[in-house]
Amino acid sequence: MIKDFGKYIIMFVVLVLVQVLILNNIQFSGFINPYVYILFILLLPFTIPGYLLLGLSFILGLSIDMFNNTPGIHAGATVLLGFMRPGIARLVSSREIIEKGNTPNMTQLGFASFLKYVVISVLVHHLFLFYAEAFSFRDFFETFLRFILSSIFSIVIILASQFIVFKN
Amino acid sequence: MRSLFRFLLRNYFLMMFLALETISLVMIVNLNNYQRVNFFNSSNDLTGAINEKYSSFDDYFTLGRTNARLAADNASLRKQLQLMMLQQEKYPKTRPDTVDAPAYVFTSAKVISNSTNKQFNYITLNKGSRQGIKPDMGIINSEGVVGVITNVSANYSTGLSLLNKRLMGISAKITRNNYSGALVWDGEHFNTADLKEIPFNVMVNVGDSVVTSSNSGIFPEGIMIGKITKYDVESGTNFFNIKVELSTNFKTLKYVEVVQNTKHAELKKLELNNVGE
Repeated sequence: MIKDFGKYIIMFVVLVLVQVLILNNIQFSGFINPYVYILFILLLPFTIPGYLLLGLSFILGLSIDMFNNTPGIHAGATVLLGFMRPGIARLVSSREIIEKGNTPNMTQLGFASFLKYVVISVLVHHLFLFYAEAFSFRDFFETFLRFILSSIFSIVIILASQFIVFKN
Repeated sequence: MRSLFRFLLRNYFLMMFLALETISLVMIVNLNNYQRVNFFNSSNDLTGAINEKYSSFDDYFTLGRTNARLAADNASLRKQLQLMMLQQEKYPKTRPDTVDAPAYVFTSAKVISNSTNKQFNYITLNKGSRQGIKPDMGIINSEGVVGVITNVSANYSTGLSLLNKRLMGISAKITRNNYSGALVWDGEHFNTADLKEIPFNVMVNVGDSVVTSSNSGIFPEGIMIGKITKYDVESGTNFFNIKVELSTNFKTLKYVEVVQNTKHAELKKLELNNVGE
């Protein structure tokens, strides 16, 4: 458990740094802006207590907000994702896998379920994020386009990272 | 009350979510307009330090481009600096601006070779007759008098340095009292010369400035030559023997100005008429 704790702290730091130092600098034509740091929330164990899940989500979002100077926007999105995560997990996988206390990674869930898990999570997070960022529905379709394109990009990067980094 | 607690406890996940989400929304609504001013000022020290570290790391990847740009900047700045240096040399502060002054034309030149350790020191410049250099033109730089042009080829010119005993005296005057004499190198040291022909009844002080006078027609009046460091009366004469410390550093000569007096020929012709009579 303590070993896992250290592992998650390292993952937290690495993902925040990768997000703010590398991915935030990627802005293809002002539309595509991938947010991959939510991988941290996705990879938390199934059996994590609710308060920890929400608390960590909030801290993660706030950390990103601090770098982006966007107070509350990422925090709101990550808290929403943390709240939705148990439901999404139940939706994409069986009760046995969840109750075994596994981490929801690709080897545990299988590619199809993991893909569904990632896609739904990213869409929830990005939908909140982009509309909170725009903070109006005036340019609804433009925001929607950014939301869709960035979501696709985020999903691709998250899946690729699973193939590359966490392959074993 | 207990049932309320039980309700809250049972639904704490939802309650916590609503609380955190509310906090986030309050931040979004309230702080985003002033985000840079009043949000996380202390913690932005941390993010600022991380960003700075990263950019110092990132700098290495742009070193090549940065160097190229710096080199280009340097080149253009140096060009400007050189222009300004030449401009400054063209208009030293000591030059008078009177209608009656002879019209002097200045040409910049670079010192190609120069010596200071001989009795007859010569100076070679990278400009010649094609650039309008003629014999008997003066050479100065921003520090003071340098010498006189004697020989000219198409693209180069040589002249007597002030440190040359063949230079038969530059017409010089003491600024304090306007008495003029002839400046001759003493042949001893590269930054001292003798000022001759100053009568001993004149008040002379150590530290007085010596500048060019208008007598020679080679140099404009008032070009700095040096400062008096020492004086005594030569035995058996009525003149001072004055030591002048030269203001020009002949060891570091790089860029000089060639001075042309456009009325020099007219002046010479007029003076020759006097001789003829």
